[in-house]
Amino acid sequence: MIGARRDGVRPMIRRVIAVATIVAGIVLGGAAAPAADPAEIRIGYLRQPEPKLALSLLQVPPDNDGVAGAQLAIDDNNTTGAFLNQRFALEEMRLKPGDDPAAAANALADRGVSLIIAALDPDALLKAADAGRSRGVMVFNAGASDDRLREEDCRANVIHTAPTRSMLADGLAQYLAWKQWRRWLLVVGSHPADKLFADALRRSARRFGARIVQERVFEDTGGARRTDSGVVQVQRQIPVFTQNAPAYDVLVAADESEVFANYLPYRTWDARPVAGSAGLVPTSWDASHGQWGAYQMQNRFMARFSRRMTALDMQAWSAVRMIGEAASRTRSAASKDIVAFLKGPDFALAAFKGQRLTLRPWNLQLRQPILLSDGRMVVSVSPQEGFLHQVSELDTLGVDQPESKCKLD
Amino acid sequence: MQARLMHSNDRAGNHDMNDLATRTTPTPSLSGGGRSKPHARRVARGATGAANPLLPPKGGGIRWGSRAASLVLAFALALAFVTRADAYLAYVSNEKGNTVSIIDTAKLEVVKTIKVGQRPRGIGLTKDGKYILVCVGDDDTIEMIDARTHEIVGALPSGPDPEQFAFAPDGKTLYVANEDNNMVTVIDIERRVPLGEVQVGVEPEGMGLSPDGKLLVNTSETTNMAHFIDTATRQIVGNVLVDARPRYAEFKRDGSEVWVSSEIGGTISVIDPVKFEVKKKIAFEIPGLRKEAIQPVGIRMTGDGKTAFVALGPANRVAAINAATHEVQKYLLVGQRVWQMAFTPDEKLLFVTNGVSNDVSVIDVATLRVIKSISVGELPWGVAISQQ
Repeated sequence: MIGARRDGVRPMIRRVIAVATIVAGIVLGGAAAPAADPAEIRIGYLRQPEPKLALSLLQVPPDNDGVAGAQLAIDDNNTTGAFLNQRFALEEMRLKPGDDPAAAANALADRGVSLIIAALDPDALLKAADAGRSRGVMVFNAGASDDRLREEDCRANVIHTAPTRSMLADGLAQYLAWKQWRRWLLVVGSHPADKLFADALRRSARRFGARIVQERVFEDTGGARRTDSGVVQVQRQIPVFTQNAPAYDVLVAADESEVFANYLPYRTWDARPVAGSAGLVPTSWDASHGQWGAYQMQNRFMARFSRRMTALDMQAWSAVRMIGEAASRTRSAASKDIVAFLKGPDFALAAFKGQRLTLRPWNLQLRQPILLSDGRMVVSVSPQEGFLHQVSELDTLGVDQPESKCKLD
Repeated sequence: MQARLMHSNDRAGNHDMNDLATRTTPTPSLSGGGRSKPHARRVARGATGAANPLLPPKGGGIRWGSRAASLVLAFALALAFVTRADAYLAYVSNEKGNTVSIIDTAKLEVVKTIKVGQRPRGIGLTKDGKYILVCVGDDDTIEMIDARTHEIVGALPSGPDPEQFAFAPDGKTLYVANEDNNMVTVIDIERRVPLGEVQVGVEPEGMGLSPDGKLLVNTSETTNMAHFIDTATRQIVGNVLVDARPRYAEFKRDGSEVWVSSEIGGTISVIDPVKFEVKKKIAFEIPGLRKEAIQPVGIRMTGDGKTAFVALGPANRVAAINAATHEVQKYLLVGQRVWQMAFTPDEKLLFVTNGVSNDVSVIDVATLRVIKSISVGELPWGVAISQQ
């Protein structure tokens, strides 16, 4: 429904009108629009080649996943930039298998790009950041949710817009606590990322008073995500897999690798809701999120890219908008001014989450509410009411300053 | 927005002897009027309330002199009639309910509910008082409600997703913010045709017009600017950066300042509309409330320019601010997620919409007290009050 009634031609006409108006503004506006060449802010986008798999056709990531969000933010920044004589551009660089992320960061730095959005796995991200460090490169981690990047492996030149696994798990756990679903059956996949998410879920259970009544591991024995008659086997397999569990309120699944979690809803032996990697999923963004002006964002995205906006799109959008926000506040295109503003006390981002997003100064993680979505609707938004904090209620999500192992130098 | 209309009436009044006369005459007796009217209202309500029990029950259990009864009835009716004479109608747009609730400002109760299009938000009355205009964003239009019959009689070509609008002082031109298309649409109300568009920042929202009608202020939520537009040339003549997510713009009636609320930034920027500079930022501190919950949205200022009211969204409070010193005088506890506001034409009462609690709080402007809350439709958003 969103955007369906808008034709594709009108936005283009608007854009032409926009340019005409801006040109007229520059000619007529005098003080309002300086006539000098706009200051250019070029932003790099480094991405992984990995093909992503998904159980549900609806969740197969589009080819421009993430980049599209960054591009939309470039458009948004340029609309603002037209009034401030600033221009933003995106330089996308896609790593091929075997490419060295350090070399890629250096190549961008050689071209004068010192603000880089990264959608990379944690090791590649650290290589890119460490290579760019001596050259004044600031990396915006839009893709990796690993807590270690904000803890023992934190870096002074990496800002994180992706929420951590612990933030996502806490967002979910607060809601389950509010629902009084305190007995969890935890099912964990066999891949490292699944285990990391399970670690975060165990930590959240301890923090918010849930009890994991039993853990089960779902081994990935290989094979395709989809087959023509696969559903027949799945329907027999999942009830048996979830049989004979101790009494529990909710099945919590840790399956970042997309092996089994989406098979669970409606197939468990006991009639129980599913949460975590399927069912009620904690996320930074969902295509159904429309509150707090998000509706406009969704419309804008749909009109531009003819698809729905993903969490990675949102995390990349946030990173590029942060740069835009800093550039307009400081009226500077210099990356050191931009970074100084982002690390300073005046930075805040409006990102359709109902409150300002700020940076945790001790590890440069963007504070943010966590949406809980069933894939059709946003069921709730955490932090939940009643979870209090002396600094920001957003710091009830994830590893807080007193527990942090991060030391920025 | 409704005050847009009220303001433009007042603005027009500056040039109009008749309006000026009607506005100035009550002033000498203001204090007397101030006391007598709420009193009259109370009496009237009491009498109306008492009238029904006084009527003989069917079959007549108690014997009342028919003459006495009719006298009481006549008295009640007379009082009711007196009350009616200075009762206004407040129109509340209910964003989720797709309705407009009509409140009698004397009875302080909902007297009628009108079904409108999808997602009604910005609402205001035309200068001639004939129509209530309501932005129905999801239908991409502005509906015109006949103020007499309360029926939808037409629509204006607002452009996509209209949210708020401002009237030109002549009452003939309407400026509409189109949130989805980064533009402001200019509409001829009488001919119901668009006259032009002005390209502004990302997600245009708040609309304010200078008292002389020459300068239009539009706020853009994601660009975080107040755009100053020359209404004659329809060109942007100034852009002022404000704090995050600017929602609403309101000129002081002497034109000396524009106030812009920043919902996410949590501040009011007081802007000099000549120099295009922020000359002061008003911040809010409420003990026991975290900073993120204080989200200023609607702004209203009294005609004398002395007091400003700012709706603080999920802080569930309206701040009363000394508009000269820019200091907060008092925080008034209202309903949940307080959004927009409107004065009665005599500025004795301020009606504020509480989105989450589905009600309207009524503030007594002189005493700065919340005197009543009135249940309306789902997610009340805007409010406009008739002039008669």
